[in-house]
Amino acid sequence: MLLDRPGARDMSLRTPLGQALGTGAARHGVHHWWVQRLTSVALVPLSIWFLVSLLTLSSFDHSTVIAWMAHGSTALLLILFVLVASRHSQLGVAVVVEDYVHGGLRTLTLVISTFAHVLLASAGVLAILRTALRGLT
Amino acid sequence: MAASVEFWQTQLNSMASRPLSPHLQVYKFTYAMATSIFNRLTGLALSAGLVLLVYWLLAVAGGARSFARAMTILSSPLCKVLYALLVIAFCYHLTAGIRHLVWDTGRGLERTQSRASARVVVVISIVLMLLVAYCFWIARARAT
Repeated sequence: MLLDRPGARDMSLRTPLGQALGTGAARHGVHHWWVQRLTSVALVPLSIWFLVSLLTLSSFDHSTVIAWMAHGSTALLLILFVLVASRHSQLGVAVVVEDYVHGGLRTLTLVISTFAHVLLASAGVLAILRTALRGLT
Repeated sequence: MAASVEFWQTQLNSMASRPLSPHLQVYKFTYAMATSIFNRLTGLALSAGLVLLVYWLLAVAGGARSFARAMTILSSPLCKVLYALLVIAFCYHLTAGIRHLVWDTGRGLERTQSRASARVVVVISIVLMLLVAYCFWIARARAT
């Protein structure tokens, strides 16, 4: 009997590599962890800058907002903020989904969340560029 | 022999349907748990805030008419409540996030230290919230 004692599963004829393949994280987990930290460090100054900018904006009129965004450093920082925040959000949401959503629904949720985050980031960058470049002409 | 096969089969079955972490319902409620859950909740709230931000950016880029249409939604009372909640979420997530970064350097992981830092995070985030509210109030007073 194959399963009649502890450790019996080690007697499989599959190679150690064959047993390890496809079972999950091999450095991938560290990459996720590292990018999460990297983005959080970057978001400390970027998010504070964004909040302070909104608070010091004289009004939320269309022309005021455009003038603010057309400023070179604003557009750059805003693009960085949207990109870094999207990546950070994607990784954070993925961790929560991995903890609370199980089975096939998990994969589906992760795919939808990833697509949504990429869409958000690209739409945000496109909008900032459109506004900033229109200010130049 | 047959009995031991049965034993290992039930072991394998129970492994397949074992409870997966985090099992919130079996733990006693603690400071560490509350701060961790609130960090996740505020993070999710800020993800929703990101949608709002991109909507605003698209409205700005879309021209005067699209901006005016979006502003009727974005300046609604419901959205103003959302901004207040987002500020609370941001202040907490920022300070709790910095606490996590300090932990990552290997510091402050002892139980007493972590309990103390939990209180520090709550106090600092409340101070930040009040500071933001004060700045907002000043800005509004200047605008009118």
